[in-house]
Amino acid sequence: MSMPFYVPPEQMMREKAEFARKGIARGRALVALQYNNGIVLVAENPSNNLRKISEIYDRIAFAGVGKYNEFDLLRQAGVRAADLTGLQYSRRDVDGRGLANQYAQIIGQSFTHESKPLEVEILIAEIGHEKETDRLFHITFDGTVIDENVFCILGGDSDAVQQRLQTSVDPNASLQQAIRDAAAALAGPDRPTSTDELEVAILVRSDQRRCFSRLNHQQVSDLLK
Amino acid sequence: MPIFSPSEDPGSNFNELVKKLGLVPSHTSWSESLSVPHATTCVALRFNEGVLIAGDRRATSGNWISHRGMEKVLQTDDFSAVAISGAAGPAMEMIKMFALILEHYEKMEGRSLSLEGKANQLSMLVRNNLPAAMSGMVVLPLFAGFDEHDSQGRLWDYDATGGRYEEREYVAIGSGSMHAGTVIKVGWRNSLTAQDAVELACRSLWEASEADSATGGPDGLRGVYPIVATIDKSGWHRIEDSELSEIFDSIANEVKSR
Repeated sequence: MSMPFYVPPEQMMREKAEFARKGIARGRALVALQYNNGIVLVAENPSNNLRKISEIYDRIAFAGVGKYNEFDLLRQAGVRAADLTGLQYSRRDVDGRGLANQYAQIIGQSFTHESKPLEVEILIAEIGHEKETDRLFHITFDGTVIDENVFCILGGDSDAVQQRLQTSVDPNASLQQAIRDAAAALAGPDRPTSTDELEVAILVRSDQRRCFSRLNHQQVSDLLK
Repeated sequence: MPIFSPSEDPGSNFNELVKKLGLVPSHTSWSESLSVPHATTCVALRFNEGVLIAGDRRATSGNWISHRGMEKVLQTDDFSAVAISGAAGPAMEMIKMFALILEHYEKMEGRSLSLEGKANQLSMLVRNNLPAAMSGMVVLPLFAGFDEHDSQGRLWDYDATGGRYEEREYVAIGSGSMHAGTVIKVGWRNSLTAQDAVELACRSLWEASEADSATGGPDGLRGVYPIVATIDKSGWHRIEDSELSEIFDSIANEVKSR
């Protein structure tokens, strides 16, 4: 029987992290930011059917970048967990923090114990009843949870996007302004924004039960005019 | 967080997921003498642009009135609603589950079930309730919705075995169904407008409450009126109590002047 080679844990973690980071950087970036009446999520997505942004629960949205099958599996698990909690307790008992913690556990477990870590980065966005209670939980490939304020960037060339966005970001901006800022930050100065490749969804602050909705290409291009 | 291997995955069906995780209560056999609240008369009818669904607010246990404000007509998603008659407890549980199944599917798949698919799913829930129905806990729903594919209102009623019957004109269920159904049968026309349909439904519930002790009439004293809602291409609209109160007043005046 052959013995596996000994690999020091530092090296193993470093190599796994590098692997996951490379996988995620291959895809395009996604941003989420507060605007005057909620949270807007904008992703560059050439596909009109394979979504990066979706609804998890009444006030919670999910966004993922990286490997589609991996983050979609996480999305489905989130919808299930949220619907089951709502069934067993009450709709009010489903919250973003709980979901983010569960995601962090799963992704962290996979990073430490699986030979191939998940090549994903996800965001759990929760709309509060006031601006101060909005939540953006950013979960990275190793299970780290970052509680972000005002805006959040996932995947792709996130450092460059961050630099472009942080100068313009304003939580009191209109939806139109917020989408323009997001689109401009995603594209950068050298590349025109193509509305056909933007996937946009919003969580609107209201007393309605389901706060999540998508904007179609027509609505987005009208707003970007 | 529930994650399954591909062969174990319950898919987008919430009911299957709940079963898989063992969260379904086991079927106990009920004693037939167990007295639980029963919900009563509900009607649905098609009109020119959609479908109307309505129900009274009373629940009874034997000869007792156990609730005066029960909501037996519930919106289950943007374009559909369920009304129930039968044992109130299992019925409310069934509607809650049904609405969750529709929402869960919509979120998992990114699109809604077809109206026919929804009606089929409800039929399975009724059939699952058969053991309880055999010992007296019958739940009979009525399902109405706007079919976006065909651009028309459609409605279904069910029997205790899950049998599913699509109706072309109208349907009435529950203890006052004979009276309510007759009123609608006489007044139904192919060209009814939404307003005509609302008035006809109010009239039918009025007559049912006059003749059947288990059906509640309009209760001006407490401000409790039947639930009347229309579903058309723009979705669900519940008729305001103030509007219902006017309609019932005019019915009362007409009866007085006979």
